[in-house]
Amino acid sequence: MDRSTPASLYNAQFMDHVAHPDYKYQMDDPTYTHYGVNPSCGDELTFSVKIGDDGRIEEAAYQGHGCAVSQASADMMSDLMVDKTPQEAIELCKLFGRMVRGEETDDSKLAALDEAASLKDVSHMPARVKCAELAWRTLEEMLENGSGEPGSTATASCTMPPHTHDGQE
Amino acid sequence: MLTTQQLADIEQNPYKADFPLLAQNPDLTFLDSAATAQRPEVVLDAERTFYTTMNANPLRGLYRLSVEATEAIDEARKTIARFIGAVDEKGDPQGNQIVFTRNASESLNLVARTLGPKVVLGPDDEVVISIMEHHSNLIPWQQLCRATGAKLTYLRLDDDFRITPEEVAAKIGPHTKIVSVTQVSNVLGVQNDVKAIARRAHEVGAYMVVDGAQSVPHVPVNVRDLDCDLMAFSAHKLGGPMGIGVLWGKSEVLDAMPPFLTGGEMIDSVTETDAVWAPVPQKFEAGTQDAAGSFATKAAIDYLASKDMAKLEARERELATYLTDRLNDLPYVDVIGPKDGSRHVSAVAFNVRGVHPHDVASILDMSNVCIRAGHHCAQPLLNYLEVENRATCRASVAFYNDKADIDRLVEGLDKVWSIFGGAVDTKEA
Repeated sequence: MDRSTPASLYNAQFMDHVAHPDYKYQMDDPTYTHYGVNPSCGDELTFSVKIGDDGRIEEAAYQGHGCAVSQASADMMSDLMVDKTPQEAIELCKLFGRMVRGEETDDSKLAALDEAASLKDVSHMPARVKCAELAWRTLEEMLENGSGEPGSTATASCTMPPHTHDGQE
Repeated sequence: MLTTQQLADIEQNPYKADFPLLAQNPDLTFLDSAATAQRPEVVLDAERTFYTTMNANPLRGLYRLSVEATEAIDEARKTIARFIGAVDEKGDPQGNQIVFTRNASESLNLVARTLGPKVVLGPDDEVVISIMEHHSNLIPWQQLCRATGAKLTYLRLDDDFRITPEEVAAKIGPHTKIVSVTQVSNVLGVQNDVKAIARRAHEVGAYMVVDGAQSVPHVPVNVRDLDCDLMAFSAHKLGGPMGIGVLWGKSEVLDAMPPFLTGGEMIDSVTETDAVWAPVPQKFEAGTQDAAGSFATKAAIDYLASKDMAKLEARERELATYLTDRLNDLPYVDVIGPKDGSRHVSAVAFNVRGVHPHDVASILDMSNVCIRAGHHCAQPLLNYLEVENRATCRASVAFYNDKADIDRLVEGLDKVWSIFGGAVDTKEA
């Protein structure tokens, strides 16, 4: 059987984000904060960004709990987003989504995702796509909802990704 | 703890060769039989035999093929009836008490939708289920109660994961109209004393429904002895095809229930303004049924009987005990449920400390070990137990498993801990 989970996913770099997340903390005075949840997994995170005077993301941070895929993905994403404009961030979120759904496989394009490109293996694990995507969907939704009114705090309602049933018996 | 002889027994595996998927994938460790069993070759052959030798629409045809198809389905009903002890005083199987559905969920929905109106529930009435129900024996009753204003009451567990006689006596009372409880938990693997619960239900004049989805494949089930009124289970968990469910009921109960779905093959006569229902079981089987699937379900039961069900049950007990013992021995694993392996029917739920069950399952999958991870369609139970992440891992065995399967699971869990142990320790430090 060659359909099993790729052994490379839980590598040292990935596990370092799980054990020593750099961006998992409560941010003071965020510009936007948004909550995302995967109801079927129980993965939850609250993502915050601070937009600087130059209109770029100055600081990114998250809090939450869930599987290692959702948490490592959030940490990698936070690292990537610092210094990006909201529009660039939205494009990167869309690119990440295409990668984990297997729609974008060109490594030269995926290089824009930096470390997060290492989550490409998730495209072979349909049950884990929603875990990997949680942070990115939360950020994308936050920026698309909130970017029209910088300075305000947009704590919007839940991000509800498509429900994947994980126990049909 | 198993004896040396028992350990030697589960090292042998005379069954795997009968299951094409297992035989063709020797590296695969399948420990998710509580979700669906593997099928023996004879079941696949039976589907083919139906379509190649007797394919015609049962019931309506007046020609030989259709009569043969009808007889094949009637024989299947009798085999299933005998298997669950639905026999009369003379020991003759009561095939007409066997209703085919798509799955156990549909059987339970059928009951909730048709027994509900018959009973005519109101705000003073109660439906009693247990906190360990699978969503399929929970949501139909929850929604029925919401629609009728009746109260949904939960039997809860003591610290030893038992529904105590005191709890049964306290919760099932004069207001109770329907009791519906699973015989074996799909998460905890524990077996409930549904006979005692049925006795209490009948004392107060309530109907007793049993979810047999996890019990019928693994333990001897005798509906006469249990004295329940209705029982639901599915074929695919006992090696039959997916898409076949069974509802058994006492004749007087099924006769009194109105039809669930209406249409072809479930009527005696129809006028422009009215219809007369066919007798049970046809009354509950609108439209063309999966006749080949019913025929193959008989083949699955015949297979189990040919291997001696008592022997298979004993082997599964040994496997579940070995599984529980090995998990108990891992310092980083917590069994969610009894630590005593002999109390587990097939399934054992557990968590790797600090690691999300989905990560555990993904890493086990790297070693071709298949387990279930998540809420197991029992979210109220996981909330009640206050399990971290409201999710667990679950390994479940069937007789076609062996000791090596469980050893490979443990090797895989060691791998999980070698990846995560450091991270979890760091986080806790």
